[in-house]
Amino acid sequence: MDYKDYEVIIGLEVHAELSTKTKAFCGCTTEFGGDVNTHCCPICTGMPGTLPVLNRKVVEYAIKAGLATNCEITRYGKQDRKNYFYPDLPKAYQISQFDLPLCVGGHVDIETENGKKSIGLTRIHIEEDAGKLLHDVIPGKSLVDFNRCGVPLIEIVSEPDMRSAEEAKAFLEELKSILECLEVSDCKMQEGSLRCDINVSVRPFGQKEYNTRTEMKNVSSFSAAYRAIQYEAKRQIEEMEEGRAVKQQTLRWSDEDGENYALRSKEDAHDYRYFPEPDLVPIVVTDDMIESIRALIPELPSAKRARFVSEYGITDYEAGLISASKSMSAYFEACAKLGAKPKTVANWLLGDIARLINEKNIEFADMKITPEALVAFIALIEKGTISNTAGKKVIEIMFETQKAPDVIVKEEGLEQVNDEGALRKIVEEVLANNQKSVDDYRGGKKNAIGYLVGQTMRLSKGKANPQTMNALLKEYLDAME
Amino acid sequence: MDLCKLTAHESMDLLAKKEVTSQELTRAVIERIESVDKQVESYITNTFDYAMETAKAVDAKIAAGEKLAPLEGVPMAIKDNICTKDITTTCASKMLENFVPPYDAFVAKKVKAVGAPILGKLNMDEFAMGSSTETSYFKKTKNPYDLTRVPGGSSGGSAAAVSADLAMYALGSDTGGSIRQPASFCGVVGLKPTYGLVSRFGLVAFASSLDQIGPLAKDVTDAALVMNLIAGHDEMDSTSLNVPETDYTSELGQDIKGLRIGVPEEYLGEGIDEDVKTRIQDAIKVYEGLGARVSYFSMRMSKYALPAYYIISSAEASSNLARYDGVKYGFRAEGFEDLLDMYKKTRSEGFGSEVKRRIMLGTYALSSGYYDAYYKKAQQVRTIIKNDFDAAFANYDVVLTPTSPITSFKIGEKTTDPMQMYLADICTVSINIAGLPAVSIPCGFDKNNLPVGLQLIGDSFAEKTILKAAYAYEKATGFSGVRPSL
Repeated sequence: MDYKDYEVIIGLEVHAELSTKTKAFCGCTTEFGGDVNTHCCPICTGMPGTLPVLNRKVVEYAIKAGLATNCEITRYGKQDRKNYFYPDLPKAYQISQFDLPLCVGGHVDIETENGKKSIGLTRIHIEEDAGKLLHDVIPGKSLVDFNRCGVPLIEIVSEPDMRSAEEAKAFLEELKSILECLEVSDCKMQEGSLRCDINVSVRPFGQKEYNTRTEMKNVSSFSAAYRAIQYEAKRQIEEMEEGRAVKQQTLRWSDEDGENYALRSKEDAHDYRYFPEPDLVPIVVTDDMIESIRALIPELPSAKRARFVSEYGITDYEAGLISASKSMSAYFEACAKLGAKPKTVANWLLGDIARLINEKNIEFADMKITPEALVAFIALIEKGTISNTAGKKVIEIMFETQKAPDVIVKEEGLEQVNDEGALRKIVEEVLANNQKSVDDYRGGKKNAIGYLVGQTMRLSKGKANPQTMNALLKEYLDAME
Repeated sequence: MDLCKLTAHESMDLLAKKEVTSQELTRAVIERIESVDKQVESYITNTFDYAMETAKAVDAKIAAGEKLAPLEGVPMAIKDNICTKDITTTCASKMLENFVPPYDAFVAKKVKAVGAPILGKLNMDEFAMGSSTETSYFKKTKNPYDLTRVPGGSSGGSAAAVSADLAMYALGSDTGGSIRQPASFCGVVGLKPTYGLVSRFGLVAFASSLDQIGPLAKDVTDAALVMNLIAGHDEMDSTSLNVPETDYTSELGQDIKGLRIGVPEEYLGEGIDEDVKTRIQDAIKVYEGLGARVSYFSMRMSKYALPAYYIISSAEASSNLARYDGVKYGFRAEGFEDLLDMYKKTRSEGFGSEVKRRIMLGTYALSSGYYDAYYKKAQQVRTIIKNDFDAAFANYDVVLTPTSPITSFKIGEKTTDPMQMYLADICTVSINIAGLPAVSIPCGFDKNNLPVGLQLIGDSFAEKTILKAAYAYEKATGFSGVRPSL
C-alpha cells in the first residue's frame, strides 16, 4: 500500500476569543497585555460567594457568527459547567455549553486546487477562557496570570468533512476572514485569540466507517495546523502499514520540533461531569433579536470577492486573497477610491507588501503604509519618475520608515534616467560584455534580449526605463545584422 | 429592663422614643455575649468594635434629631458563610479559616447601609452541610434550652444566638432547612424566602439552585422587618428576581378567618415524633379556633424529595467546592510532591468528613454513566414535587407541617449515622426543591421542654400570607415570647 491509498479525515474545533469590551461574566476589560493579574476581579477569579452574570454582547456575537455561517440559532439555550482541576481555572469549572449550544448545523464554503467544497459545522457555543501559567519566573515555581480568565470565546466545531491539510487550512482561512469581517473576533493568532484543536484519522479509500482518531490541542497558526495534520496523517498511515492500531489519544503539536507529544490517552481521559450552570438563567433568543443581529452583518468575504472581480476587474484569485482580509479589503477599496488603478494596487498588495508582511510576521492591519502613500507611490511609477525595479526598493523603505515615496526617491537618487546619451552608454557596455547573449539573439533566440535588458537595469541600478532599454537594445542588435 | 431580651421592633420603638441609645443596646448584647456565649458558643468571630462604632454613629443621628430607618441601630449578627468585607468569612471550615473577603455580600451591604451594628459572624455546619452545627471545624454550638443538645443546623449559630438573646436577629442561609430546622430546635422564628427574592451574591455557595438567605428572629414581626431590609433585585445575581418592592409587615395582624390551610398527611405519619405530632395537632386546633379552614390532603410524591435533594445539593456542592484546591483560595497543605498531590492533600486535610462525603456523593452522581440515573432523575423529581405543590396551592393558601420530625437531639447522638441525620431534613427539603417560601415558628415544647417548630409553607412570593398566618398564631399562643433560662 501507499500513502495514496489512504484517505485523511479531519475535523476542527476552533476557539475564537470574542472582541467584546468586557469579559463574559464580569466587567473586567478583555484587552490583551496588561500587567499580570491586573485585568481581573473577584468574579472572574471565582472568589467564594461571587456569581456570574452573562454579558449580552457575547450572545449577540455568537449569534452573528452563527448566522454568517448558515447555522440555526437555538431559541432556548443554557449554559453548563465543565468541571476539571487545573491551576489556571480558579473556579475549577469552566462555564461552557453542553447540549444546547447557541448555534447548530451550519457550513463554511472553501475553495482549494480541487475545487469548491462545503464544510459542515456541527455547532457554535459560547464559553469562557482560562488564565495562563507562567513557569519558572521564580525558579522551580509556577505562577498564574488570571488576565485571560473569563474572556469570552466561541468554539466552532466542524464536521469531519476535510480530507487534506490544504482543505483544513482553507477552512481556517475562510473562517478567520468571516469572523474578522463580522468584527466578533480580532483573530490575532499571535495573541492566541484564534486557536484550534485538530482531530485526525485515516482510513483506506472505500472504507465507510471512521478509524480511531487522535486530537491535537491548541494549535495556534494555520501553517502549524497544516504541518501538524501532514505529520499526524503520515504517522497514522505508518502505524497502520506496520499493522499497529492507532491509539485514541490527545497530543500536543510542537511546531518547533515538527513533532507530536502525547498529553494523555483514552484511559486517563477527563470526565468533565457537565451539568446545567445553576447560577445562570436560560438564554432565550427571540425572532426580533435574530433579525436585528442579522441586520448588523456586513458584506461577507465571499460576496466581496465576487464584487471585487466585477467592480474592479481584478482576477478571482486576487479578489479571493484580498477579500479574505477585512483590513486589506478596506485598504484596497480606499486606494481605488483615491484613483489608483485597482489592478496595480492588487499587484503591490499581494506582491511586495504581502512579502514584507510575511517576513516581518505582522498582521496586515498593523502595516504602516497608508493608502494615500501607496497611491502616490503608484503614481510615481505611472508617470515614469521611477522604474518598477526602483519601486521595489522604495516600497521597502516606505514599509520600514513610513517616509513619503517622493522623499525616498530623492534621498536614494532613484529617479528614472531618461537621458538617451547615458542610456546608450549603458547599452553599449552591456552588449560588449555579453557576447554569448548577443550571439544567441542573432542566432534566432529572440528572447535572449530579456537577459540583456536585465543587465542594463542592473548596471543603471534600476533607474533606467526598461521599455526604453528594450527599444535601444533592439535598435543596436538589429543594426549588427 | 434587660435590653438583651428586647425584640428588634421593641428596640426600634425605644430608640425612636429616645428611651435607649443604640450604644446601650449594643453594649448590653456584647456584655451578654461575653458572659453567655462561653456556654453557647454561637459566634466564630466578634466584631464588637465595628458594632460600637456603628451604634455611636446612629446615636449621633438620633441626637441630631434625625429619624431612624427600620432596624437602624439594632445589633445583629451574620452567619459565617455570608461575605463581609474585611471580616473573616470561614464557612466554619479549616479551608477558609483565613479567608477575608474584599467585598460585601448584597445582604451585608444592606445591613451596613441601614446602620445595623454587626456583632460578629455566627457558627454553622461546615459549608452549611449538616443539621446540627456539629460539622463546624471550630466549635460545637449548644442549644440554649439544653446545653447538652444541638441547636440544629446548619444555621445553628444564628438560631442559638437569637434564642439566647446574643443578637436581636441574625441572617442565616437555607439550602434544605438550614434556617427553619435550627429555628425550630431553638424556639425562634426562621424564614426561608422564595428562591430569587434575596440576592445570593456574596453567599458562599453550597447548592446554588437551592440556597437562600433569610432571617432568624425573635418573633414574626422582626422576621418581616428583616425581609423588608434584605429582599430586592440585584443585578449581580442572575437568579435574583425583579419583583415590586413590598412591605412584608403590611398584612400582620389581619384576620385569618377563612384562610385555607392544607395539611399533607405524609408529614404527620410514620417517623414523626409523637410529641411533635401532638403539638402540631394543637396548632391546627388553634388555627381552627381563629377561623381558618383546615383540611388534610395527600402529597404522595413527597417521599422522593429527600433523595432528590441529597443528589442535587451534593452534585452542585461537588462543583461549587472544587475551587478549594490549594491554588488560589484558602488552605494549602504542606509537603506535597506535585500538583495532583497538592490537590489531594489540601482537600483531604482542609475539608471535614461530612463535606467530603457530599463531594464524593455529588461527584458520583454527575459522573458519566451515572448522570441519567441520578442527577437527571433527581431533576425530574424536582419538577414533580413542584407540580405537587402547585396543585396544593390551587386549593390552599398555606400548607402546614412540622418543621422537623424530631426535637433537638444530644450532641454526638447522630454523628456516626449520617442517614439518621439526613432523615431529620425530611420536612424541609421539598420546599427548597420547589423554591417556595416557608416559615418556622415556635409551637410549644415536648416532654423534655425542648421547642417544637411549626412550618407554614406558601406559594411563590406568598411570604405575606404565611407571615400573616404565623403572626395570628403567635398572638394567639405567645410561644415566640418564651426564652430559655440562661
